[in-house]
Amino acid sequence: MIYRIEYPLTLLLVILLGTCVRAQNPTPAARQSTPFAVTGVTVHVGDGTVLEGATLLIRDGKIAEVGSGVQVPSGYESIDGSGKHVYPGLIALNSQLGLTEIGAVRATNDQREVGTFNPNARALIAFNTDSQVIPTVRSRGVLLAQATPEGSLVSGRSSILQLDAWNFEDAAVLADDGVHVNWPNRNSYNWQTGDLKPNENYDEQVRELESFLQQAGSYCGRSEEDGGNRLLKLEAFCEAIAGNANAYLHADEARNIQAGVLLMKRMGARPVVVGGGQAHLITDFLKREGVPVILSSTQALPNSQDDAIDQPYRNPALLAEAGVEFAISHEGYWQQRNLPFVAGQAVGFGLPYEKAVEAITLAPARIVGIDADYGSVTRGKSATFVIVDGDLLDMRTSVVEKAYIDGRDVNLDNKQAELYRKFKEKYRRLTR
Amino acid sequence: MLIRRWPAIALALILCAGYAHAQVTFPYNGVYDQREGHYAFTGATVHVSPEQTVENATLTIRNGKVVSVVSGGAVNAGAVEVKLNGKHVYPSFIEVYGDYGMPEVKEGRRGRGTPPQLESNTDGAYAWNQAMRPETDAAALFTIDAKAAKPLREAGFGTVSTHHPDGISRGSAAVVTLGESSDNEVLIKRDAAHHLSFDKGSSGQAYPNSRMGEIALLRQTYLDAEWYAGQNGEETNLSLEAWTDRQDLPQIFAVDNWQDALRADQVGDEFGKQYIIRGGGDEYQRLQPLKASGATFILPLKFPDTYDVSDPFAADLISIGQLRHWERAPGNVAAVAGAGIPFVLTADGLDKPTDLHDAMRKAVRAGADAKDVFAGLTTAPARLLGIEKLVGTLESGKLANFIVTDKDPFTDKATIYQNWVQGKAFELKPLQSVDLSSAYDITVGSAKYAASITGAPGSQKMTVSPAGDTTRTDVSFTESGGVVTFRFRPGKEGGYYRINATPDGDGYVGTGRDPDGNIVTFTATPASTKSTEDAKKEEKDKEEDRPEYRGRLTYPNIAYGLSEMPRAGRVLFRNATVWTNEDDGILENTDVLIEDGKISRVGKELSDRGAEVIDATGMHLTSGIIDEHSHIALSDVNEGTESSTAEVRMADVVDAVDENIYRQLAGGVTTSQLLHGSANPIGGQSAIIKLRWGATPQEMMFAGADPFIKFALGENVKQSNWGDANRIRYPQTRMGVEQIFENYFSRAAEYGRALKAGENVRRDLELETLLEILNDERFITCHSYQQGEINMLMELAERHGFRVNTFTHILEGYKVADKMAEHGAAGSTFSDWWAYKFEVNEAIPYNGALMHEQGVLTGFNSDDAEMARRLNQEAAKAVLFGGVSEEEAWKFVTLNPARMLHIDDRVGSVRAGKDADLVLWNENPLSIYARAERTYVDGKEYFNREENEARRDELLAERNALIQASLDDKKSGAKTQSPKGNSRRLLHCDSVNH
Repeated sequence: MIYRIEYPLTLLLVILLGTCVRAQNPTPAARQSTPFAVTGVTVHVGDGTVLEGATLLIRDGKIAEVGSGVQVPSGYESIDGSGKHVYPGLIALNSQLGLTEIGAVRATNDQREVGTFNPNARALIAFNTDSQVIPTVRSRGVLLAQATPEGSLVSGRSSILQLDAWNFEDAAVLADDGVHVNWPNRNSYNWQTGDLKPNENYDEQVRELESFLQQAGSYCGRSEEDGGNRLLKLEAFCEAIAGNANAYLHADEARNIQAGVLLMKRMGARPVVVGGGQAHLITDFLKREGVPVILSSTQALPNSQDDAIDQPYRNPALLAEAGVEFAISHEGYWQQRNLPFVAGQAVGFGLPYEKAVEAITLAPARIVGIDADYGSVTRGKSATFVIVDGDLLDMRTSVVEKAYIDGRDVNLDNKQAELYRKFKEKYRRLTR
Repeated sequence: MLIRRWPAIALALILCAGYAHAQVTFPYNGVYDQREGHYAFTGATVHVSPEQTVENATLTIRNGKVVSVVSGGAVNAGAVEVKLNGKHVYPSFIEVYGDYGMPEVKEGRRGRGTPPQLESNTDGAYAWNQAMRPETDAAALFTIDAKAAKPLREAGFGTVSTHHPDGISRGSAAVVTLGESSDNEVLIKRDAAHHLSFDKGSSGQAYPNSRMGEIALLRQTYLDAEWYAGQNGEETNLSLEAWTDRQDLPQIFAVDNWQDALRADQVGDEFGKQYIIRGGGDEYQRLQPLKASGATFILPLKFPDTYDVSDPFAADLISIGQLRHWERAPGNVAAVAGAGIPFVLTADGLDKPTDLHDAMRKAVRAGADAKDVFAGLTTAPARLLGIEKLVGTLESGKLANFIVTDKDPFTDKATIYQNWVQGKAFELKPLQSVDLSSAYDITVGSAKYAASITGAPGSQKMTVSPAGDTTRTDVSFTESGGVVTFRFRPGKEGGYYRINATPDGDGYVGTGRDPDGNIVTFTATPASTKSTEDAKKEEKDKEEDRPEYRGRLTYPNIAYGLSEMPRAGRVLFRNATVWTNEDDGILENTDVLIEDGKISRVGKELSDRGAEVIDATGMHLTSGIIDEHSHIALSDVNEGTESSTAEVRMADVVDAVDENIYRQLAGGVTTSQLLHGSANPIGGQSAIIKLRWGATPQEMMFAGADPFIKFALGENVKQSNWGDANRIRYPQTRMGVEQIFENYFSRAAEYGRALKAGENVRRDLELETLLEILNDERFITCHSYQQGEINMLMELAERHGFRVNTFTHILEGYKVADKMAEHGAAGSTFSDWWAYKFEVNEAIPYNGALMHEQGVLTGFNSDDAEMARRLNQEAAKAVLFGGVSEEEAWKFVTLNPARMLHIDDRVGSVRAGKDADLVLWNENPLSIYARAERTYVDGKEYFNREENEARRDELLAERNALIQASLDDKKSGAKTQSPKGNSRRLLHCDSVNH
C-alpha cells in the first residue's frame, strides 16, 4: 500500500495524480472584470417575489439591473439561463463553518473558549478561510456564513463572512455583528439516564448574567475621566448595549425567550432569538417586542414525547403565519451544505416556497444587518447569487451550476469532487 | 389473680418491659428468669388470616408463639389478660423484599475520566465478574438494626426476608423478625431465596455496562455452573458452587418495569427457572404477556406523587405517559389481581415504611380487594418464601407476630397501637388513650355549648361553640388515668373555664371553675347528631370511590400509543404511481391490492368488492423503508467493555416504548436492524424488527430473519476519542484491531473442533456466536470507515473462510469498491456525512454512487433517530451526488438493505406475495416535499397522517384533563413533586454507559 496517512495529504495527492488535480482549496475568484448578463432565468428575488423569464445585468460586482424586460447592452458577456433558476446566495447563520475542521480532532476546534463570560472572544479571528469544508458548502449555494462561537453563558462575538476569500480580513462582510448569550437552561439533563430535572442553579445563573450585563452597562457608560482599568469582557458588550450590534439570545423554551428578551431590552440591547424551539407559542410577544428569530434546524426531533411528531418541521410555517420575522438556520459546519434542504423541509410542512427562500437569504441579511448589500437579487445590491438547474431547495434537482460573490465567479470545485474524480479515474483504468 | 385486675393502661408498660428469651446454648448470668410471655388478648376481632376472622376472640400466646384463637374463650390460668375490646388484631406483615439489617451497598460505578477496571476486585476464589455474588449469605451478614426496625414495625411489619441488594446475583436471603432480643432469636430462616437483578451494585468492573451485557452474563453463569458441576478439578470457583447451591430456592428477580420483567422471564425460561419478579409497578400497562410469563409478582406500592403543574411551561417537562402513570399506578394492584396474575406486596421503594398505610388504602380505593392486600402482605409472601408454617397467619403454633389496631388498616386510616414480635410487645401508641365521641352537648353551670371533636384517638382536638352560635373556640384537654381536664375561654376576652371530669356512661361529669373563679358543674353528653366531620368524611369516601380515569391506557402507554392494535384488512390502492423495485420499474396509474398482510395483486384497474379503496391518484406507493443501521427502540446500545462481546444480544433489549418507532413510521420506515454500537471490534448480535408500534418487543422481531452481528473498526474501537483515561483496553491501534479478529476466529475454530471431537467443552456463548459466522450461520455488519481496515477485514474473512456480509458507514467504500464487489460485501453508508472525525476526512457524498457503479450492493442508513425519518431524502442525494437514477436510488433505502439483511424474499419491493409493508407518499418519495401519508406493516395501517392530527388533538385534551386533575389533587393537599421529565437518550454507535 502506498497510502500512508501520516504523509501530508497535499504531497501525496500530487505524487499519485500529478498536477491534474488540486489538493488544496480552489483559488479565490478574481474581481469581476467584464460585465455579464444572465438571461431567461426565473429569479427568486429573496423578498418573496419571483421574476419569470428575467435578465440580470452584473457590473462591477453589483446587480445593475434585474427584470423581465431588460435588454443586454453591448459589451456584456451573456449566459443563457433558460429554464434555470437564480437565487440570492444563501446565508448560513449560527454556523461553526471555518471554526471547526474535524469535530473529533481537538486541534481543529476553535469555536468554544473557556470561562463563563467570553463576549470578547471573536470568531472572526479563528475563521479559517482555508478550511476544506468551506468549498463543499458553497458548492451547494451557501455563499455567506455567520461564524459563531459556542458554549458558556456568553460565548463570544460572531462575524458575517463571505465564503471565497484569502483570509479573514477580505472574508469579513460584517465583523463582530453581535454577541452570543446562551440563556441558562431551566432544566438539567442527565445524558446517562435521560432524566430532566430543574436546574438548581438556574436562578443563580440568570442573576449572574444580569449582574454582568448591568456592570457592562455602567462600564460602557463611563467617560474617560472616570478612570478605571480597561476590562475587555465588559467592553465587548458596549456595541450590543448601544444597540449597534445584535444581542443573540440562544434560547428554545418560551419562558427563557421571554425572560431573555426582557432582560436584553432593559439593557438597551437589540435581541435576536436563536434556536426558538418554542417561539411559535409566543408569537404575539415576539411581534410586540419586535424580536426576530433565527430558527435552529427544522430537521430535528420534537423537543418532547408529547409534541407533534413533526413540530420542528412546522415551526417556520407557524412563525410565518403569525407574521414573526424569522430566518432558518442549520447546525454545525459541514452540515451547512444542507441548509437549502432544511428550508425545503419547511415547505413540505406548510411554509410558502418563496418564504422559505427568504428565510435563508433576505431574512438572515435583514436580521444581521447586511440587507443593504446582500440577501436578495435586487438592483444595486451585491451580485451574490447562484444559478441552479432545478430547484435549489429539493435535493432531487438542486444542481448548482454557478455561484457569484460580489460578481466574482466562484469556483465550485472542492476536495470531495476531486476525490470523486480521482476514484472515477481508478475505476476507469481498471475497466480499460 | 391480682394482675388481671390492674388497669389496662398500666399493662402496656409491663408488656414493653418484655422478658428475656431462652437461648438454649447460651450460658445465663444471674438468677434464672425466663418468663414465658403468656398472654391472653380478649375482646378483639382477631383476623387470623385473610379468610378467617374471629369476633370477640381470645388470642392466647406463650413462649413467642400463638397458642389459640377462640371466640369468647376463657383466659388460661397463668396468662396475663390484655383487654382489647373493640380493637382488631392482624398477623403482622411480611416484607418479602427487604434489606433490613444488611450492610450498606457502596456505589460502584466509576466516573468518566477514570480508567476502566477490567478485572474483579473481589479477593478470593470467587467469580470472574464482581457483579456475580451468589456466595453472599444474608444470614451471615445480618445484625439487628434497632433504628431501621422501628419504622418497619410502625408500618405493621413483623417479619422481613432480607438480602444484600448488591450485584446481579445477590446470594441468598434470610428471614428475620423485627424483634430486638438477639440475632440468634430473630433470624428464623437461612437461604430463603436467591436474589437476582439487573444492577451491578458495588461492582466497579467494566463488564457488563449494559442491559444486554447483564443478561449475557446471567446466561453464561448458568452455563458455567453446569460445566463446573461436571468438570474435573480444572478450576475451583466458590461463586459457581454457591450459585448451584442456590438454584432450588425461590428465585427473586428485581426489575424496574414491565419490559425488564419480560426480559428476566425470558432468561429464566431458557434455563428452566421461573423467577418471582419484583416489578416496577407498571404491570397494568402489559398484563397479558406478564400473565403469560407465569411469574408471581412482588408489587411495589410506591405511587408517583402528584406533579406540581402550576407553571404551564414547567409542566411541559412532564409527558402524558408520566401523567397517566400518576393516575393509574394506584390501580396497578387491582389490575394485576384482575388479570389473575399471582402477586405479593412490598413496601420496598416507599419513601418511608409507614407510607405503606396510605398506599394500601389508595390501592384498595383504586379497586384492589382489601383481602388481596391483606394476603399480599401476610399469607402470600409466607408461602412464597416457604415460611408459611412460621408466619403469615395467627394459627396455633405460628410466631406470635401480630399488630393491634383500631380499624381495618386496608380500608380505613387505622392506628396501630402495638406490634408484637415473637411474643414481645412494641408499643407504638398508648392503647388506652382517651377516645372522645365526635360531638357533645356541654353544660357548664348555666351555659350551654356544643363541642365537636376531630382527629384520631391520642391526637384529638376539641372545639366548642355557644349553643346557637357558630363561633368556635379551641378547648385544650388532657387525660391522665381516666380523668380528663378541659380548659377553654368562651369569648375572645375574659377568662377561662377549667373543668375536671370523669367518665359517666358515654359522657363525662365533673366540676370546675368559671372565668370568675366560681365553682360550676359540668356535664358532657354525646350529641345525637352526626358531627360535620363524619358527614364530610362519608362524602369524601364517596368521592374517593374509584373515579373514571381521565387518562387513557395505550400501547405503549405514552403519547401516540394505540388504544387498540390495527388489523390487516383488504385494501386497494387505486391509481398510484407504484415504485415496484422489480423489473417493472416505476408504474404509473397502477393499483395494488393487499390482503391478510400480504400484497396480493399489482396491476391496472383491479377490482375487489370487499376491499377498502384508497384513491391514490397523484400519489406514490412504495415498499417501506428499511433502515440497515438503527439504534432506536433499544434500552442500551454498547456493551463495549471488552474487545469482544459477541455473546450480547440486542434482541434482549428491544424497547417497545420508544416514541421514535412511531415517528419513523411517519417517515415511511417499516423495518430496522437494531445494531450494537461500535465501541469494540466484535460487538453484539443484531435484532431485526418491524416497526409494529404498540406491540411487545418480542412481537416486533422480524420472524425468521437470519442472525446478524455487529463488528466495528477504526477510531471507536480504538477508543481514540474517549479521552486519556481510556488507554488500557485492548486494542488501541488498527494493528491491534486486526489481531483481535485473528485471535477470536482462531479460538472459535478451535472451539468448533473441540465440540466436534466430543470433548467436555464449557459452552461459551461468545465463541459459539463466532463459530456461527465461520459456519455461515450468522452474518456480519461491520462499522468501518477507512479503506485499509476494510481490506484488512475482507482478507481476514477470506483467510478464515467466510464473507463479510455488509460494511456499514463504509465512508471510504468508494476507494475499494472493486474489492468489495469481488468479495461480495455490501455497503450501507451515509449519504453525505463527513468531517466529524479524522477517519471520515476523506468521506465523500459520491460514495454511494461509486460503490453502486462498481457493483456493490449499496444502501443508505440512518444511525440517527431523526435522519431515519427522512431516509427518502437521503436516497435522493445519490441522485444529486453521482447521478444514480431515481429508481436505483430509491432501492438504496428499500430493496438493497432488504437484500443485505437477507429478507428480500419478504420485503423491499412491491410484488404479489410479499409482505404488505407499504408507504403511500403525497408525491415523488425522493423529493424534499414528500410526506408519508400512510404507512403499512403486514397490511396493517400503523400511520395515517390525518389520524395523527386527530390523535394529537386528543392528546392535548387528555393532557389538559390530567393536568387539571393534578391541580385539584394539589389543592386538596396531596404531596407534590416538582416537574421532572425524561427525555429519551438518543443512541448512536458510540453511546456508552459509564
